[in-house]
Amino acid sequence: MDDRKHTTVSIPVQLYEKIKKRIEGTGFTSVSDYVTYVLREVLASLEEEEKEEVFSKEEEEKVKERLRALGYLD
Amino acid sequence: MVSKPHGGKLVSRVLDKSERILEEAKELPSLEISKDTAIDLENIAHGVFSPLEGFLVRNDYLSVLDQMRLESDIPWTIPIVLDVNKSELKEKELKEGDTILLSCASKNIALMEIEEIYDFDKKQHAEKVFRTLDKDHPGVSRVFDMKDSLLGGKIDFIRGVENPFENYTLYPIETRILFKEKGWKSVVGFQTRNAPHLAHEYVQNTALTFVDGLFINPVIGKKKKGDFKDEVILKSYEELIRNFYLKDRAVLAILRTEMRYAGPREAVFHAIIRKNFGCTHFIVGRDHAGVGNYYKPYDAQEIFEEFPDLGITPIFFKRFYYCKRCSGYVNERVCPHRGKDIILPSGTKIREFLMKKQFPPKEMMRPEIARIILNFENPFVE
Repeated sequence: MDDRKHTTVSIPVQLYEKIKKRIEGTGFTSVSDYVTYVLREVLASLEEEEKEEVFSKEEEEKVKERLRALGYLD
Repeated sequence: MVSKPHGGKLVSRVLDKSERILEEAKELPSLEISKDTAIDLENIAHGVFSPLEGFLVRNDYLSVLDQMRLESDIPWTIPIVLDVNKSELKEKELKEGDTILLSCASKNIALMEIEEIYDFDKKQHAEKVFRTLDKDHPGVSRVFDMKDSLLGGKIDFIRGVENPFENYTLYPIETRILFKEKGWKSVVGFQTRNAPHLAHEYVQNTALTFVDGLFINPVIGKKKKGDFKDEVILKSYEELIRNFYLKDRAVLAILRTEMRYAGPREAVFHAIIRKNFGCTHFIVGRDHAGVGNYYKPYDAQEIFEEFPDLGITPIFFKRFYYCKRCSGYVNERVCPHRGKDIILPSGTKIREFLMKKQFPPKEMMRPEIARIILNFENPFVE
């Protein structure tokens, strides 16, 4: 039994039919599975574009010191 | 820009002023945990297992088993749990909401707030994670040896357990700064539990052709009988990097964790860990993290189709081998020859030569690497 927690969203019927046709013969067993897959992909790529994590100068210097001591940095 | 940490933020659960905290916490009830669990804890604390901040609570645990995702929908395939016996909970009067000290080898290593105490089904756990209930599978056998309850909740790390390979241990904050300093914008992670043979080398070099840096990240920790010992893996890789790799394009550091031998699930887990280290790509070979014949050769590659949101790009390789007619190292996708024309650098065959104190054929393993291994009296886990 699929015990995933789900909720409902609405999409236009024409789009639903288009997706239904597109997933024929693929590994996707339902329109919902396909939509979930695509949305996860889109959200992940948007998150990737968000600002890069920065470390404090102090933190970075401390790390570099250890990296130099271990021979990872010259 | 290297990969973003899994879940968006690098977790740090390391306490400052740990000595003072230890002093204040010494009256708390304590729970002794195994070395493997203590190492998991250390990985949580240093962000290796980001976004985990502690041992899985029930909903996350069940979601990982059923959906290979945390309850928040973030991909996660291997349950990271803390097992404990009910009798011990009763004896120590531990309950949800308590803060406890976790210790290993009688040394206090972390604080934990018990958010949940829950039962689990070992059969279900084994079947979901390992796709088998065969107790000959080392992962399954470990599950059936687990204690009967699980504790879920966040941890705060005080100090680690003994680490004989401290000089090879880097945490994600360190590798991220290291990659940045080296100017690497794309980094491929290579997981291994073996000394390098030529097929490994060709896989690494092929990947390195397309990215800025190679992160060789052997798993150091509990393994099965017959696997290479940790120090053998490290010494042989050092020799390889020193003599055959470009100095500024390869980094060797260890991953301290036990091998689970969970094949496909573990391949995704390994990719997530390397993403946390800052890798943008991850090499997934044939039968990654497999054991025996429990998984099909490319199951560990196919599982990635289920994760469009993993945030690290898997690179799939077919089997590499030496082809006498092509006069070099090739793979099934580019070479039409089979049978007697090819020499497969099989790990089993290489082990057989080494066990007999013989050099494997140079088409399988570089003599320089074999020499390092043969210098060890017994290079294999007994």
